[in-house]
Amino acid sequence: MVSLTAGKVISSPAPVRQRRLRAALKHTGLLVFVAFMIYPLVWMVVSAFKPPEQILTEPGIIPSDLTFQNFKDGWHALNRPFSVFFVNSLVVTIASIAGNLFSCSLTAYALARLQFRMRKAYFAITLASVMLPFHVLVIPQYIFFSQLGLVNTYWPLLIPKFLATDAFFVFLMVQFIRTLPRELDRAAWIDGAGPFLTFWYVVLPLMRPALVTTTIFTFIWTWNDFFVPLIYLTRTQAFTVPVALNSMVDSETQSGVGMLFAMSLLSLVPILIFFAVAQKYLIRGIATTGLK
Amino acid sequence: MTSRSRFYLNRQGRAAHVFLIPWQLGFLLITAVPLLASLYLAFTNYDILNPPEWTGLENFQRMIHDDQFWASVRVTLIYVLVSVPLQLAFALLLALILDRGLSGLAFYRSAFYLPSLLGSSVAIAILWREIFGDDGLINKGLALIGIHGESWLQNPSTALATLIVLNVWTFGSPMVIFLAGLRQIPDELYEAARVDGAGIVKQFRHVTVPLLTPIIFFNLILQTIGAFQTFTQAHIISGGTGGPANSTLFYTLYIYQQGFVAFDMGYASALAWVLMAAIAVVTALHFLVSKYWVFYGDS
Repeated sequence: MVSLTAGKVISSPAPVRQRRLRAALKHTGLLVFVAFMIYPLVWMVVSAFKPPEQILTEPGIIPSDLTFQNFKDGWHALNRPFSVFFVNSLVVTIASIAGNLFSCSLTAYALARLQFRMRKAYFAITLASVMLPFHVLVIPQYIFFSQLGLVNTYWPLLIPKFLATDAFFVFLMVQFIRTLPRELDRAAWIDGAGPFLTFWYVVLPLMRPALVTTTIFTFIWTWNDFFVPLIYLTRTQAFTVPVALNSMVDSETQSGVGMLFAMSLLSLVPILIFFAVAQKYLIRGIATTGLK
Repeated sequence: MTSRSRFYLNRQGRAAHVFLIPWQLGFLLITAVPLLASLYLAFTNYDILNPPEWTGLENFQRMIHDDQFWASVRVTLIYVLVSVPLQLAFALLLALILDRGLSGLAFYRSAFYLPSLLGSSVAIAILWREIFGDDGLINKGLALIGIHGESWLQNPSTALATLIVLNVWTFGSPMVIFLAGLRQIPDELYEAARVDGAGIVKQFRHVTVPLLTPIIFFNLILQTIGAFQTFTQAHIISGGTGGPANSTLFYTLYIYQQGFVAFDMGYASALAWVLMAAIAVVTALHFLVSKYWVFYGDS
Protein backbone atom coordinates (compact mmCIF):
# COMPACT_ATOMS: atom_id res chain seq x y z
CA MET A 1 0.00 0.00 0.00
CA VAL A 2 2.69 2.42 1.13
CA SER A 3 5.05 1.48 -1.67
CA LEU A 4 2.22 1.76 -4.13
CA THR A 5 1.39 5.36 -3.27
CA ALA A 6 5.07 6.22 -3.02
CA GLY A 7 5.61 4.70 -6.45
CA LYS A 8 2.83 6.82 -7.86
CA VAL A 9 4.26 10.01 -6.44
CA ILE A 10 7.76 9.31 -7.70
CA SER A 11 6.73 8.22 -11.15
CA SER A 12 4.39 11.12 -11.82
CA PRO A 13 5.17 14.32 -9.94
CA ALA A 14 3.66 16.61 -12.54
CA PRO A 15 0.07 15.26 -12.47
CA VAL A 16 -0.04 15.66 -8.67
CA ARG A 17 0.97 19.27 -8.89
CA GLN A 18 -1.44 19.71 -11.75
CA ARG A 19 -4.25 18.12 -9.76
CA ARG A 20 -3.55 20.37 -6.77
CA LEU A 21 -3.54 23.41 -9.02
CA ARG A 22 -6.80 22.34 -10.62
CA ALA A 23 -8.40 21.83 -7.19
CA ALA A 24 -7.20 25.26 -6.05
CA LEU A 25 -8.66 26.86 -9.18
CA LYS A 26 -11.91 25.01 -8.64
CA HIS A 27 -12.15 26.17 -5.03
CA THR A 28 -11.40 29.77 -6.00
CA GLY A 29 -14.09 29.72 -8.66
CA LEU A 30 -16.61 28.10 -6.35
CA LEU A 31 -15.92 30.51 -3.50
CA VAL A 32 -16.36 33.50 -5.79
CA PHE A 33 -19.66 32.01 -6.95
CA VAL A 34 -20.78 31.35 -3.35
CA ALA A 35 -19.97 34.96 -2.46
CA PHE A 36 -21.98 36.15 -5.47
CA MET A 37 -24.94 33.94 -4.51
CA ILE A 38 -24.94 34.90 -0.85
CA TYR A 39 -24.22 38.61 -1.38
CA PRO A 40 -27.91 39.63 -1.49
CA LEU A 41 -28.52 37.91 1.87
CA VAL A 42 -25.48 39.55 3.46
CA TRP A 43 -26.60 42.90 2.06
CA MET A 44 -30.01 42.43 3.66
CA VAL A 45 -28.50 41.56 7.04
CA VAL A 46 -26.16 44.55 7.00
CA SER A 47 -28.82 46.92 5.66
CA ALA A 48 -31.14 46.03 8.51
CA PHE A 49 -28.57 47.56 10.87
CA LYS A 50 -27.87 50.68 8.80
CA PRO A 51 -29.59 54.04 9.25
CA PRO A 52 -32.43 54.01 6.66
CA GLU A 53 -31.05 56.86 4.56
CA GLN A 54 -27.76 54.99 4.01
CA ILE A 55 -29.25 51.71 2.78
CA LEU A 56 -29.95 52.72 -0.78
CA THR A 57 -27.07 55.16 -1.08
CA GLU A 58 -24.29 52.74 -0.11
CA PRO A 59 -24.25 49.36 -1.85
CA GLY A 60 -21.30 48.12 0.23
CA ILE A 61 -21.59 45.62 3.03
CA ILE A 62 -19.36 47.40 5.54
CA PRO A 63 -21.62 49.84 7.38
CA SER A 64 -20.30 53.16 8.62
CA ASP A 65 -22.93 53.48 11.35
CA LEU A 66 -24.75 50.71 13.19
CA THR A 67 -28.22 51.14 14.63
CA PHE A 68 -31.09 49.11 16.01
CA GLN A 69 -33.59 51.83 15.06
CA ASN A 70 -34.96 49.80 12.11
CA PHE A 71 -35.90 46.96 14.44
CA LYS A 72 -37.52 49.31 16.96
CA ASP A 73 -39.50 51.15 14.26
CA GLY A 74 -40.37 48.02 12.30
CA TRP A 75 -41.61 46.17 15.37
CA HIS A 76 -44.35 48.80 15.76
CA ALA A 77 -44.88 49.72 12.11
CA LEU A 78 -48.36 48.19 11.95
CA ASN A 79 -51.10 48.81 14.48
CA ARG A 80 -50.06 45.68 16.40
CA PRO A 81 -46.48 44.87 17.44
CA PHE A 82 -44.67 42.13 15.53
CA SER A 83 -44.68 39.95 18.64
CA VAL A 84 -48.37 39.28 17.85
CA PHE A 85 -47.54 38.09 14.33
CA PHE A 86 -44.67 35.91 15.52
CA VAL A 87 -46.88 34.24 18.10
CA ASN A 88 -49.59 33.73 15.45
CA SER A 89 -47.10 32.18 13.02
CA LEU A 90 -45.69 29.96 15.73
CA VAL A 91 -49.14 28.73 16.80
CA VAL A 92 -50.11 27.94 13.21
CA THR A 93 -46.78 26.25 12.47
CA ILE A 94 -46.72 24.07 15.58
CA ALA A 95 -50.36 23.06 15.18
CA SER A 96 -49.73 22.24 11.49
CA ILE A 97 -46.81 20.01 12.42
CA ALA A 98 -48.92 18.23 15.03
CA GLY A 99 -51.73 17.82 12.49
CA ASN A 100 -49.52 16.37 9.78
CA LEU A 101 -47.68 14.01 12.12
CA PHE A 102 -50.96 12.73 13.57
CA SER A 103 -53.08 12.36 10.46
CA CYS A 104 -50.43 11.34 7.92
CA SER A 105 -48.90 8.64 10.13
CA LEU A 106 -52.31 7.06 10.87
CA THR A 107 -53.18 7.07 7.17
CA ALA A 108 -49.79 5.78 6.09
CA TYR A 109 -49.86 2.88 8.54
CA ALA A 110 -53.29 1.76 7.31
CA LEU A 111 -52.25 2.04 3.66
CA ALA A 112 -48.91 0.31 4.14
CA ARG A 113 -49.78 -2.49 6.58
CA LEU A 114 -53.49 -3.23 6.99
CA GLN A 115 -55.47 -5.43 4.61
CA PHE A 116 -58.83 -3.95 3.59
CA ARG A 117 -60.89 -3.71 0.47
CA MET A 118 -60.32 -0.19 -0.86
CA ARG A 119 -56.59 -0.18 -0.12
CA LYS A 120 -55.28 0.07 -3.67
CA ALA A 121 -57.88 2.67 -4.66
CA TYR A 122 -57.10 4.81 -1.62
CA PHE A 123 -53.39 4.67 -2.32
CA ALA A 124 -53.97 5.65 -5.95
CA ILE A 125 -56.11 8.61 -4.84
CA THR A 126 -53.36 9.73 -2.46
CA LEU A 127 -50.78 9.60 -5.26
CA ALA A 128 -53.03 11.48 -7.68
CA SER A 129 -53.76 14.24 -5.19
CA VAL A 130 -50.04 15.00 -4.85
CA MET A 131 -50.30 16.37 -8.41
CA LEU A 132 -53.56 18.29 -7.85
CA PRO A 133 -52.96 22.08 -7.95
CA PHE A 134 -54.28 23.75 -4.82
CA HIS A 135 -55.94 26.50 -6.86
CA VAL A 136 -58.79 24.28 -8.10
CA LEU A 137 -59.77 23.57 -4.50
CA VAL A 138 -59.25 26.90 -2.81
CA ILE A 139 -62.37 28.74 -4.00
CA PRO A 140 -64.94 26.18 -2.77
CA GLN A 141 -62.87 25.71 0.40
CA TYR A 142 -63.02 29.45 1.00
CA ILE A 143 -66.78 29.52 0.45
CA PHE A 144 -67.19 26.55 2.79
CA PHE A 145 -65.06 28.03 5.59
CA SER A 146 -66.52 31.52 5.26
CA GLN A 147 -70.06 30.13 5.52
CA LEU A 148 -69.00 28.46 8.75
CA GLY A 149 -67.83 31.87 9.95
CA LEU A 150 -64.19 30.77 10.16
CA VAL A 151 -62.57 33.61 8.22
CA ASN A 152 -60.01 35.36 10.44
CA THR A 153 -59.54 32.21 12.50
CA TYR A 154 -56.80 29.60 12.03
CA TRP A 155 -59.22 26.71 11.46
CA PRO A 156 -59.12 27.00 7.64
CA LEU A 157 -55.32 26.71 7.82
CA LEU A 158 -55.28 23.86 10.35
CA ILE A 159 -58.27 21.61 9.65
CA PRO A 160 -56.77 20.33 6.35
CA LYS A 161 -53.57 19.36 8.19
CA PHE A 162 -55.48 17.23 10.69
CA LEU A 163 -57.27 15.48 7.80
CA ALA A 164 -54.16 14.14 6.04
CA THR A 165 -54.54 16.35 2.97
CA ASP A 166 -50.77 16.86 2.54
CA ALA A 167 -50.66 13.71 0.44
CA PHE A 168 -46.93 13.96 -0.15
CA PHE A 169 -46.21 13.18 3.48
CA VAL A 170 -48.60 10.23 3.44
CA PHE A 171 -46.74 8.89 0.43
CA LEU A 172 -43.37 9.50 2.08
CA MET A 173 -44.42 7.64 5.23
CA VAL A 174 -45.98 4.73 3.30
CA GLN A 175 -42.71 4.27 1.42
CA PHE A 176 -40.82 4.36 4.68
CA ILE A 177 -43.05 1.87 6.51
CA ARG A 178 -42.66 -0.53 3.59
CA THR A 179 -38.93 -0.70 4.29
CA LEU A 180 -39.54 -1.86 7.90
CA PRO A 181 -39.42 -5.66 8.38
CA ARG A 182 -42.92 -7.11 8.66
CA GLU A 183 -41.70 -9.66 11.19
CA LEU A 184 -41.78 -6.94 13.83
CA ASP A 185 -45.50 -6.37 13.23
CA ARG A 186 -46.16 -10.10 13.20
CA ALA A 187 -44.31 -10.61 16.45
CA ALA A 188 -46.41 -7.92 18.10
CA TRP A 189 -49.59 -9.50 16.71
CA ILE A 190 -48.62 -12.91 18.02
CA ASP A 191 -48.01 -11.33 21.41
CA GLY A 192 -51.63 -10.22 21.26
CA ALA A 193 -51.21 -6.56 20.34
CA GLY A 194 -53.91 -5.31 17.98
CA PRO A 195 -53.34 -2.86 15.12
CA PHE A 196 -53.48 0.15 17.43
CA LEU A 197 -50.89 -1.09 19.91
CA THR A 198 -48.70 -2.34 17.06
CA PHE A 199 -48.85 1.06 15.42
CA TRP A 200 -48.14 2.95 18.61
CA TYR A 201 -45.42 0.77 20.15
CA VAL A 202 -43.75 -0.85 17.14
CA VAL A 203 -44.19 1.11 13.91
CA LEU A 204 -44.36 4.71 15.11
CA PRO A 205 -41.04 4.64 17.03
CA LEU A 206 -39.31 3.07 14.00
CA MET A 207 -40.71 5.77 11.70
CA ARG A 208 -38.67 8.51 13.32
CA PRO A 209 -36.67 9.54 10.22
CA ALA A 210 -39.86 9.95 8.18
CA LEU A 211 -41.48 11.90 11.02
CA VAL A 212 -38.44 14.19 11.26
CA THR A 213 -38.56 14.89 7.51
CA THR A 214 -42.27 15.64 7.75
CA THR A 215 -41.70 17.97 10.70
CA ILE A 216 -38.93 19.89 8.94
CA PHE A 217 -40.81 20.46 5.72
CA THR A 218 -44.11 21.24 7.41
CA PHE A 219 -42.25 23.82 9.49
CA ILE A 220 -40.61 25.52 6.50
CA TRP A 221 -43.68 25.46 4.27
CA THR A 222 -46.09 26.65 6.95
CA TRP A 223 -43.76 29.37 8.20
CA ASN A 224 -43.27 30.68 4.63
CA ASP A 225 -46.85 30.12 3.49
CA PHE A 226 -48.39 33.27 2.09
CA PHE A 227 -51.30 32.45 -0.24
CA VAL A 228 -53.60 30.71 2.27
CA PRO A 229 -53.12 33.15 5.20
CA LEU A 230 -53.48 36.06 2.75
CA ILE A 231 -56.92 34.79 1.77
CA TYR A 232 -58.27 33.92 5.20
CA LEU A 233 -56.61 36.47 7.51
CA THR A 234 -57.79 40.02 6.89
CA ARG A 235 -57.68 41.47 10.42
CA THR A 236 -54.27 42.74 11.53
CA GLN A 237 -54.66 40.97 14.84
CA ALA A 238 -54.79 37.58 13.10
CA PHE A 239 -51.91 38.15 10.63
CA THR A 240 -49.08 35.66 10.37
CA VAL A 241 -45.60 37.12 9.76
CA PRO A 242 -45.65 36.88 5.91
CA VAL A 243 -49.04 38.61 5.72
CA ALA A 244 -47.80 41.32 8.10
CA LEU A 245 -44.71 41.86 5.90
CA ASN A 246 -46.94 42.13 2.86
CA SER A 247 -49.02 44.79 4.53
CA MET A 248 -45.83 46.70 5.40
CA VAL A 249 -44.86 46.61 1.72
CA ASP A 250 -48.20 48.16 0.81
CA SER A 251 -47.49 51.16 3.00
CA GLU A 252 -43.81 51.39 2.09
CA THR A 253 -42.06 54.74 1.91
CA GLN A 254 -38.43 55.57 1.33
CA SER A 255 -37.67 55.61 5.07
CA GLY A 256 -39.53 52.30 5.40
CA VAL A 257 -36.85 50.25 3.61
CA GLY A 258 -34.85 49.84 6.80
CA MET A 259 -37.87 48.64 8.75
CA LEU A 260 -38.81 46.25 5.95
CA PHE A 261 -35.33 44.75 5.91
CA ALA A 262 -35.22 44.46 9.68
CA MET A 263 -38.57 42.65 9.89
CA SER A 264 -37.82 40.50 6.83
CA LEU A 265 -34.58 39.43 8.44
CA LEU A 266 -36.33 38.56 11.70
CA SER A 267 -38.91 36.55 9.77
CA LEU A 268 -36.13 34.35 8.38
CA VAL A 269 -34.42 33.73 11.72
CA PRO A 270 -36.57 30.73 12.77
CA ILE A 271 -35.90 29.04 9.42
CA LEU A 272 -32.18 29.73 9.68
CA ILE A 273 -32.10 28.26 13.19
CA PHE A 274 -33.97 25.22 11.93
CA PHE A 275 -31.53 24.93 9.03
CA ALA A 276 -28.55 25.04 11.37
CA VAL A 277 -29.99 22.43 13.73
CA ALA A 278 -31.61 20.03 11.27
CA GLN A 279 -29.27 20.43 8.29
CA LYS A 280 -28.30 16.78 8.17
CA TYR A 281 -31.91 15.59 8.08
CA LEU A 282 -32.88 18.35 5.70
CA ILE A 283 -30.29 17.45 3.05
CA ARG A 284 -31.10 13.77 3.41
CA GLY A 285 -34.81 14.59 3.17
CA ILE A 286 -34.45 16.46 -0.11
CA ALA A 287 -32.09 13.88 -1.54
CA THR A 288 -34.54 11.06 -0.91
CA THR A 289 -37.87 12.77 -1.56
CA GLY A 290 -37.23 15.72 -3.83
CA LEU A 291 -38.93 18.24 -1.55
CA LYS A 292 -37.81 21.85 -1.62
CA MET B 1 -58.75 -19.38 4.15
CA THR B 2 -59.10 -20.44 7.76
CA SER B 3 -61.68 -18.78 9.94
CA ARG B 4 -58.88 -17.50 12.12
CA SER B 5 -57.16 -15.53 9.37
CA ARG B 6 -60.54 -14.25 8.19
CA PHE B 7 -61.06 -12.97 11.70
CA TYR B 8 -57.77 -11.10 11.47
CA LEU B 9 -58.70 -9.66 8.10
CA ASN B 10 -62.00 -8.40 9.47
CA ARG B 11 -60.25 -7.00 12.46
CA GLN B 12 -57.72 -5.30 10.18
CA GLY B 13 -60.50 -3.95 8.00
CA ARG B 14 -62.27 -2.47 10.99
CA ALA B 15 -59.03 -1.02 12.35
CA ALA B 16 -58.21 0.42 8.93
CA HIS B 17 -61.47 2.31 8.91
CA VAL B 18 -60.65 3.88 12.26
CA PHE B 19 -57.11 4.74 11.14
CA LEU B 20 -58.48 6.28 7.97
CA ILE B 21 -61.17 8.47 9.54
CA PRO B 22 -59.08 11.68 9.16
CA TRP B 23 -58.03 10.83 5.61
CA GLN B 24 -61.54 9.91 4.50
CA LEU B 25 -62.99 13.10 5.97
CA GLY B 26 -60.22 15.13 4.35
CA PHE B 27 -60.65 13.46 0.99
CA LEU B 28 -64.37 14.12 1.07
CA LEU B 29 -64.53 17.64 2.56
CA ILE B 30 -61.21 19.19 1.53
CA THR B 31 -60.57 17.52 -1.83
CA ALA B 32 -63.43 15.70 -3.59
CA VAL B 33 -66.38 18.00 -2.82
CA PRO B 34 -64.39 21.23 -3.48
CA LEU B 35 -63.06 19.72 -6.72
CA LEU B 36 -66.59 19.02 -7.98
CA ALA B 37 -67.86 22.32 -6.60
CA SER B 38 -65.23 24.31 -8.48
CA LEU B 39 -66.02 22.38 -11.66
CA TYR B 40 -69.66 23.39 -11.21
CA LEU B 41 -68.76 27.00 -10.37
CA ALA B 42 -66.66 27.20 -13.53
CA PHE B 43 -69.92 27.18 -15.48
CA THR B 44 -71.63 29.81 -13.34
CA ASN B 45 -71.57 33.46 -12.45
CA TYR B 46 -70.97 33.63 -8.70
CA ASP B 47 -70.03 36.57 -6.46
CA ILE B 48 -70.42 34.78 -3.08
CA LEU B 49 -73.30 37.09 -2.00
CA ASN B 50 -75.91 35.88 -4.49
CA PRO B 51 -76.52 32.24 -5.39
CA PRO B 52 -74.53 30.91 -8.38
CA GLU B 53 -76.20 31.46 -11.73
CA TRP B 54 -75.65 28.87 -14.51
CA THR B 55 -74.09 30.51 -17.54
CA GLY B 56 -72.85 27.51 -19.51
CA LEU B 57 -69.61 28.10 -21.38
CA GLU B 58 -69.68 31.86 -20.92
CA ASN B 59 -66.63 31.93 -18.60
CA PHE B 60 -64.55 30.02 -21.12
CA GLN B 61 -65.71 32.21 -24.00
CA ARG B 62 -64.81 35.24 -21.90
CA MET B 63 -61.24 33.95 -21.57
CA ILE B 64 -60.80 33.94 -25.33
CA HIS B 65 -61.44 37.69 -25.44
CA ASP B 66 -59.72 38.50 -22.14
CA ASP B 67 -56.39 40.27 -22.76
CA GLN B 68 -55.33 39.86 -19.15
CA PHE B 69 -55.92 36.11 -19.38
CA TRP B 70 -53.64 35.87 -22.41
CA ALA B 71 -51.08 38.13 -20.75
CA SER B 72 -51.02 35.81 -17.71
CA VAL B 73 -50.69 32.73 -19.92
CA ARG B 74 -47.79 34.35 -21.76
CA VAL B 75 -46.00 35.44 -18.56
CA THR B 76 -46.39 32.02 -16.95
CA LEU B 77 -45.24 30.10 -20.04
CA ILE B 78 -42.17 32.30 -20.53
CA TYR B 79 -41.34 31.87 -16.86
CA VAL B 80 -41.69 28.08 -16.97
CA LEU B 81 -39.84 27.67 -20.28
CA VAL B 82 -36.91 29.93 -19.36
CA SER B 83 -36.44 29.61 -15.61
CA VAL B 84 -36.85 25.84 -15.21
CA PRO B 85 -34.21 24.78 -17.78
CA LEU B 86 -31.82 27.50 -16.56
CA GLN B 87 -32.30 26.49 -12.94
CA LEU B 88 -31.75 22.81 -13.73
CA ALA B 89 -28.69 23.60 -15.87
CA PHE B 90 -27.09 25.46 -12.96
CA ALA B 91 -28.09 22.66 -10.58
CA LEU B 92 -26.56 19.97 -12.79
CA LEU B 93 -23.40 21.95 -13.53
CA LEU B 94 -22.70 22.65 -9.86
CA ALA B 95 -23.53 19.07 -8.90
CA LEU B 96 -21.00 17.79 -11.46
CA ILE B 97 -18.33 20.18 -10.22
CA LEU B 98 -18.93 19.18 -6.59
CA ASP B 99 -19.34 15.47 -7.18
CA ARG B 100 -15.93 13.97 -7.83
CA GLY B 101 -13.78 14.03 -4.73
CA LEU B 102 -13.73 17.73 -4.02
CA SER B 103 -13.13 18.67 -0.38
CA GLY B 104 -15.55 20.98 1.42
CA LEU B 105 -18.59 19.40 -0.21
CA ALA B 106 -20.79 19.88 2.87
CA PHE B 107 -19.98 23.60 3.02
CA TYR B 108 -20.71 24.25 -0.66
CA ARG B 109 -23.85 22.15 -0.56
CA SER B 110 -25.24 24.13 2.38
CA ALA B 111 -24.25 27.49 0.88
CA PHE B 112 -25.94 26.70 -2.44
CA TYR B 113 -28.97 25.18 -0.74
CA LEU B 114 -29.64 28.17 1.52
CA PRO B 115 -31.35 30.26 -1.22
CA SER B 116 -33.74 27.35 -1.97
CA LEU B 117 -34.72 27.22 1.64
CA LEU B 118 -35.55 30.92 1.80
CA GLY B 119 -36.50 31.62 -1.80
CA SER B 120 -40.27 31.19 -1.56
CA SER B 121 -40.63 33.53 1.43
CA VAL B 122 -42.14 37.00 1.42
CA ALA B 123 -38.91 38.29 2.98
CA ILE B 124 -36.80 37.30 -0.03
CA ALA B 125 -39.36 38.75 -2.45
CA ILE B 126 -39.05 42.02 -0.51
CA LEU B 127 -35.26 41.78 -0.78
CA TRP B 128 -35.62 41.29 -4.55
CA ARG B 129 -37.74 44.44 -4.77
CA GLU B 130 -34.93 46.43 -3.22
CA ILE B 131 -32.18 44.76 -5.23
CA PHE B 132 -33.80 45.49 -8.60
CA GLY B 133 -35.52 48.76 -7.64
CA ASP B 134 -34.66 52.20 -8.92
CA ASP B 135 -31.97 52.80 -6.27
CA GLY B 136 -31.34 49.10 -5.78
CA LEU B 137 -28.19 47.08 -5.39
CA ILE B 138 -27.90 46.24 -9.11
CA ASN B 139 -28.12 49.85 -10.25
CA LYS B 140 -25.65 50.93 -7.56
CA GLY B 141 -23.28 48.29 -8.87
CA LEU B 142 -23.80 49.43 -12.45
CA ALA B 143 -23.19 53.03 -11.39
CA LEU B 144 -19.73 52.01 -10.17
CA ILE B 145 -18.79 51.11 -13.74
CA GLY B 146 -20.52 54.20 -15.11
CA ILE B 147 -23.80 52.72 -16.34
CA HIS B 148 -27.00 54.45 -15.31
CA GLY B 149 -29.65 51.74 -14.83
CA GLU B 150 -33.41 52.26 -14.91
CA SER B 151 -35.68 50.54 -12.41
CA TRP B 152 -35.80 46.88 -13.41
CA LEU B 153 -39.20 46.45 -11.81
CA GLN B 154 -40.91 49.41 -13.43
CA ASN B 155 -39.87 48.35 -16.90
CA PRO B 156 -42.29 45.81 -18.47
CA SER B 157 -39.50 44.21 -20.51
CA THR B 158 -37.26 43.43 -17.50
CA ALA B 159 -39.68 42.88 -14.57
CA LEU B 160 -40.28 39.22 -15.41
CA ALA B 161 -36.54 38.64 -15.83
CA THR B 162 -35.97 39.59 -12.18
CA LEU B 163 -38.34 36.79 -11.14
CA ILE B 164 -36.61 34.35 -13.46
CA VAL B 165 -33.32 35.27 -11.80
CA LEU B 166 -34.95 34.64 -8.43
CA ASN B 167 -36.01 31.14 -9.49
CA VAL B 168 -32.59 30.34 -10.95
CA TRP B 169 -31.06 31.54 -7.67
CA THR B 170 -32.86 28.66 -5.91
CA PHE B 171 -31.06 25.95 -7.91
CA GLY B 172 -29.80 24.40 -4.66
CA SER B 173 -32.60 21.94 -4.07
CA PRO B 174 -32.44 20.24 -7.50
CA MET B 175 -28.65 20.32 -7.11
CA VAL B 176 -28.87 18.28 -3.90
CA ILE B 177 -31.06 15.75 -5.73
CA PHE B 178 -28.55 15.59 -8.61
CA LEU B 179 -25.70 15.04 -6.14
CA ALA B 180 -27.60 12.13 -4.60
CA GLY B 181 -28.15 10.74 -8.10
CA LEU B 182 -24.49 11.06 -9.07
CA ARG B 183 -23.56 9.08 -5.95
CA GLN B 184 -25.59 6.16 -7.28
CA ILE B 185 -23.48 5.81 -10.43
CA PRO B 186 -20.99 2.97 -9.77
CA ASP B 187 -17.30 3.85 -10.11
CA GLU B 188 -16.77 0.64 -12.09
CA LEU B 189 -18.64 2.14 -15.03
CA TYR B 190 -16.23 5.06 -15.20
CA GLU B 191 -13.26 2.72 -14.87
CA ALA B 192 -14.62 0.51 -17.65
CA ALA B 193 -15.09 3.57 -19.85
CA ARG B 194 -11.52 4.71 -19.13
CA VAL B 195 -10.18 1.28 -19.99
CA ASP B 196 -12.05 1.52 -23.29
CA GLY B 197 -10.25 4.81 -23.90
CA ALA B 198 -13.06 7.25 -23.16
CA GLY B 199 -11.95 10.75 -22.12
CA ILE B 200 -13.75 13.05 -19.68
CA VAL B 201 -16.21 14.26 -22.31
CA LYS B 202 -17.06 10.78 -23.55
CA GLN B 203 -17.44 9.51 -19.98
CA PHE B 204 -19.87 12.36 -19.33
CA ARG B 205 -21.88 11.70 -22.48
CA HIS B 206 -22.01 7.93 -22.29
CA VAL B 207 -21.98 7.19 -18.56
CA THR B 208 -23.07 10.19 -16.51
CA VAL B 209 -25.85 11.58 -18.67
CA PRO B 210 -27.70 8.33 -19.46
CA LEU B 211 -27.62 7.18 -15.84
CA LEU B 212 -28.74 10.57 -14.60
CA THR B 213 -31.72 10.95 -16.96
CA PRO B 214 -34.27 9.57 -14.46
CA ILE B 215 -33.15 12.21 -11.94
CA ILE B 216 -33.22 14.95 -14.58
CA PHE B 217 -36.74 13.86 -15.48
CA PHE B 218 -37.83 13.84 -11.84
CA ASN B 219 -36.45 17.36 -11.26
CA LEU B 220 -37.98 18.60 -14.50
CA ILE B 221 -41.48 17.42 -13.54
CA LEU B 222 -41.20 18.75 -9.99
CA GLN B 223 -39.84 22.18 -10.93
CA THR B 224 -42.25 22.61 -13.85
CA ILE B 225 -45.31 21.95 -11.71
CA GLY B 226 -43.94 24.30 -9.06
CA ALA B 227 -43.15 27.05 -11.58
CA PHE B 228 -46.69 26.96 -12.99
CA GLN B 229 -47.98 27.80 -9.51
CA THR B 230 -45.63 30.68 -8.62
CA PHE B 231 -47.54 33.27 -6.62
CA THR B 232 -45.78 34.86 -3.64
CA GLN B 233 -42.88 36.46 -5.51
CA ALA B 234 -45.10 37.95 -8.23
CA HIS B 235 -47.56 39.29 -5.66
CA ILE B 236 -44.88 41.00 -3.56
CA ILE B 237 -42.80 42.35 -6.46
CA SER B 238 -45.80 43.98 -8.14
CA GLY B 239 -47.76 44.86 -5.00
CA GLY B 240 -50.46 42.40 -6.07
CA THR B 241 -51.13 44.13 -9.41
CA GLY B 242 -49.11 41.92 -11.77
CA GLY B 243 -47.71 45.14 -13.26
CA PRO B 244 -46.11 46.99 -14.89
CA ALA B 245 -48.33 46.44 -17.95
CA ASN B 246 -49.23 42.89 -16.79
CA SER B 247 -45.60 41.83 -17.20
CA THR B 248 -45.60 39.92 -13.88
CA LEU B 249 -49.23 38.83 -14.00
CA PHE B 250 -48.62 35.20 -13.18
CA TYR B 251 -51.53 32.88 -13.82
CA THR B 252 -52.16 32.15 -10.13
CA LEU B 253 -51.99 35.87 -9.36
CA TYR B 254 -54.72 36.41 -11.94
CA ILE B 255 -56.83 33.67 -10.33
CA TYR B 256 -56.32 35.40 -6.97
CA GLN B 257 -57.33 38.80 -8.37
CA GLN B 258 -60.48 37.42 -9.99
CA GLY B 259 -61.49 35.20 -7.07
CA PHE B 260 -60.46 37.12 -3.98
CA VAL B 261 -60.19 40.77 -5.04
CA ALA B 262 -63.01 41.05 -7.60
CA PHE B 263 -64.93 38.13 -6.00
CA ASP B 264 -65.77 36.83 -9.46
CA MET B 265 -65.58 33.27 -8.20
CA GLY B 266 -67.20 31.60 -11.18
CA TYR B 267 -64.60 33.00 -13.56
CA ALA B 268 -61.78 32.26 -11.10
CA SER B 269 -62.93 28.62 -10.90
CA ALA B 270 -62.93 28.36 -14.69
CA LEU B 271 -59.38 29.79 -14.73
CA ALA B 272 -58.28 27.28 -12.09
CA TRP B 273 -59.62 24.36 -14.11
CA VAL B 274 -57.74 25.57 -17.18
CA LEU B 275 -54.57 25.64 -15.06
CA MET B 276 -55.18 22.12 -13.85
CA ALA B 277 -55.80 20.91 -17.40
CA ALA B 278 -52.61 22.64 -18.56
CA ILE B 279 -50.52 21.06 -15.80
CA ALA B 280 -52.05 17.64 -16.53
CA VAL B 281 -51.32 17.96 -20.26
CA VAL B 282 -47.75 19.16 -19.72
CA THR B 283 -47.06 16.40 -17.20
CA ALA B 284 -48.56 13.76 -19.51
CA LEU B 285 -46.43 15.10 -22.40
CA HIS B 286 -43.33 14.91 -20.23
CA PHE B 287 -44.11 11.28 -19.46
CA LEU B 288 -44.76 10.47 -23.14
CA VAL B 289 -41.58 12.14 -24.35
CA SER B 290 -39.60 10.62 -21.49
CA LYS B 291 -39.74 7.23 -23.23
CA TYR B 292 -37.34 8.62 -25.83
CA TRP B 293 -34.72 10.11 -23.56
CA VAL B 294 -34.99 8.76 -20.03
CA PHE B 295 -32.88 5.68 -19.49
CA TYR B 296 -34.01 3.13 -16.92
CA GLY B 297 -31.23 0.56 -16.52
CA ASP B 298 -33.40 -2.46 -17.32
CA SER B 299 -34.28 -1.63 -20.95
